[in-house]
Amino acid sequence: MAALSDALLVVAMLGYLVAMICYAAVYAFGDRGVVARVATRELVGAGGPPVVEVIEEVKKQAPPPGRGLWAGRIAAAVLVLAGAAQFGSLVFRGVAGDRLPWGNMYEYVLAATSVAAVAWIVVMVQRPALRHLGLYVALTQVVLLGVAALFLYVPVGPLVPALDSYWLAIHVTAVAISSGVFLIGFVPAGLFLIRSGWDKGRAGFPFSLGERLPSAAVLERLSFRLHAFAFPIWTFGALIAGPIWAESAWGRYWGWDPKEVWAFISWIVYAGYLHARATPSVKKTTATWIAVLGFLTMLMNLFGVNIFFTGLHSYGGL
Amino acid sequence: MTATETRPAPPEAPRPSGWGGFLFGVARGLWRQLTSMRTALVLLFLLAVASIPGSVLPQSNVAIEQVQQYYREHPTLAPWIEKVDGFNVFGSAWFAAIYLLLFTSLIGCVIPRLRDHYRAIRSVPPNVPARLDRLPQHDTVDDYAGDIDGVAAALRKQRWRVAVRGDTVSAEKGYLKETGNLIFHFSLMAVLVAVALGSWYGWHGNRILVAGKDTSFCNSLQQYDESKLGPRVDEGKLPPFCLTLEDFTATYQPSGQPKEFRASATVEGDGPTRKTSFSVNDPLRLDGASVYLLGHGYAPILSYTDRFGKTQTKEGPFLSTDEMQTSTGAISFPDANVDPATGKRDPSLQMGFDGIYLPTAPDQPPFVTSRFPAENNPALMLTAYRGNLGLDAGIPSSVYRLDQGQIDAGRLKPVGEPKLLRPGDTWTLDDGSTVRFVGTKEYATLSVRHDPGQGIALVAAVLALGGLMGSLFGKRRRVFFRLTSPSPTSSSRLLEAGGLPRTDYPGFAEEFASTVAAVREKKT
Repeated sequence: MAALSDALLVVAMLGYLVAMICYAAVYAFGDRGVVARVATRELVGAGGPPVVEVIEEVKKQAPPPGRGLWAGRIAAAVLVLAGAAQFGSLVFRGVAGDRLPWGNMYEYVLAATSVAAVAWIVVMVQRPALRHLGLYVALTQVVLLGVAALFLYVPVGPLVPALDSYWLAIHVTAVAISSGVFLIGFVPAGLFLIRSGWDKGRAGFPFSLGERLPSAAVLERLSFRLHAFAFPIWTFGALIAGPIWAESAWGRYWGWDPKEVWAFISWIVYAGYLHARATPSVKKTTATWIAVLGFLTMLMNLFGVNIFFTGLHSYGGL
Repeated sequence: MTATETRPAPPEAPRPSGWGGFLFGVARGLWRQLTSMRTALVLLFLLAVASIPGSVLPQSNVAIEQVQQYYREHPTLAPWIEKVDGFNVFGSAWFAAIYLLLFTSLIGCVIPRLRDHYRAIRSVPPNVPARLDRLPQHDTVDDYAGDIDGVAAALRKQRWRVAVRGDTVSAEKGYLKETGNLIFHFSLMAVLVAVALGSWYGWHGNRILVAGKDTSFCNSLQQYDESKLGPRVDEGKLPPFCLTLEDFTATYQPSGQPKEFRASATVEGDGPTRKTSFSVNDPLRLDGASVYLLGHGYAPILSYTDRFGKTQTKEGPFLSTDEMQTSTGAISFPDANVDPATGKRDPSLQMGFDGIYLPTAPDQPPFVTSRFPAENNPALMLTAYRGNLGLDAGIPSSVYRLDQGQIDAGRLKPVGEPKLLRPGDTWTLDDGSTVRFVGTKEYATLSVRHDPGQGIALVAAVLALGGLMGSLFGKRRRVFFRLTSPSPTSSSRLLEAGGLPRTDYPGFAEEFASTVAAVREKKT
């Protein structure tokens, strides 16, 4: 079972890589891609008699319609398969250990990224127009899973007594779900910043991607809705269920353990994002930068706190 | 604050003239500045930034030993950090200043909003605008056969708040958004109050409790190794109970990873005397206090027979230094070698032992680390010291360590070489006295706590979460209907409808359409 779990993780990572390549193909050859855009521009720019010639030329240059479409479909299918493999890896890890598979840092990253995969599939179903953003989702997944597999991996084992509680199911599950959704919220937040930079006429590297992104308003709204969905779950998981468990395990509901400090910081930063976004005088880009900062504090809590600090939450297996 | 478009400006108050007026103006300006959303956001971020040192620096209320280690490692820097409360970030004046300012700003924001919301809830929806086709949503129903009361009834059925004026209906929905928002912010204040109550009326004590009848402990401050009472707690009124640790069981995986810890105990004074057990994640709940199992370890028992033939037996809890329960500690016999003829105690003939206890000693030397946390092959590496233990100076000293100052000064001298003892082994020292390693007892590290604020904090946090969801997912919106006659002769009339989302609401068009459809079905 443990070997199956490990094998599925490799399948998931390969799947995400394939999905990335397919999406890259969509960017290149799809109807929003460079080739199509160049073609359209020439068509629009042409005037007077040579129109027919130009169109003929464009027809030669332009890819057969559907090549990008097919790349997109394959990418979406592979992404879903990769997500299923990732989820399977998590499930078999749980079966192998005969417990909930989020008892150490490796498993936590696996669980949170699986939630992110599910959240992204939901977004893909609801907003087909945003599907090609899967490139960035797959990229984030590959990076996080790679870090987990390379640096965090520990063999399947039973839980330490401190974690042997039904609150593991409640607290860690809620935190993993909200982290996964925050992760998916971070992708459109970052892309919104790129797109709005492009809209302002900036043409340097990250902003040049903006040309192929959905409109800034769409990205911004998606980012907000994902954050607004994740924030109450985070509040419940980290600031209600966590303290209830802490009270029965350590005798106090809040004790400024490094993990608690950073959970508090993330909560404050995301609360600041929601406030900033609700305030008309604060620019949407400023608000979104706060959301990006919030995600950085989440990463700090996951990696920084487990690696640099010792505290009561030291179950990472590092 | 998530739902507010802007914080409402306070109404203009009449302004006194002269210096008083100037000061009043300054104060009002400062108050407005403090209660502005921008200031609240800045304070929120200051609070986040101010928390960071609390995770980077060791905190004295979390891990005092790490603070002491920091002092040893950074002797020049540490006192400066101490001066700015760097080891007590969350109890420091500057941290309190930030959150108190934030909460003041919050109060200044939500109190006027509470007043406004109360008025909004009591007021009727506003008049129908003259041009419904200018609203974001607009629709018309031809040949509407019903009357205006039918429209109002259909809307009421969908739980709209309805006002009928002549041939028009105004309706509003989604007050939950602001209600939830206010509940969220007031609940946060309640959490702060609960935390304050907990620190005033709460108390806690920690101690190591060795298993056995003769080592039971009763709940009074003197019996704790470390304790803290809130300023409003009367020491004499701590709940009276006594606890005897009967047994401690620990089971481990073959890798040495712990599987389960469970302490069984007898409780007296908390109702009838009873036997009970508790474990990590399953504390012992008593009336007015809870007992938490934080850790465990071994207390070796030494029996020392001095040069005059007098035997004393003592146990000392050893503190574990790694996951395999390699433990270090000390046992002192300050009353050893008292001459029975004179009854005088020779302070230079006191005995002290320190050692390393290995629950599972390796088969070969060096005997410095245990191989497994359970007692599979127990051994005690013991060093004997004779001389002045330094206990009479009146300076509090650690029971887990001999006084290093006395050893360095040569007043406490090692006797012979360190020796490895198995349970039951006897070691004869140079003066003919003997020390026997009798065996070990288990001990449990307990924390006894009472926090009267935690229930309030939980209720407030749950309310805050409910309010938060209301404010994030609630949508305030209005719909308007007007019934007009295209011509005085026709019996059926034209029903015009308009909809206005008052907050960010992407799905409003669908809801508007279904509302109009419901009205149409009611009477067509």
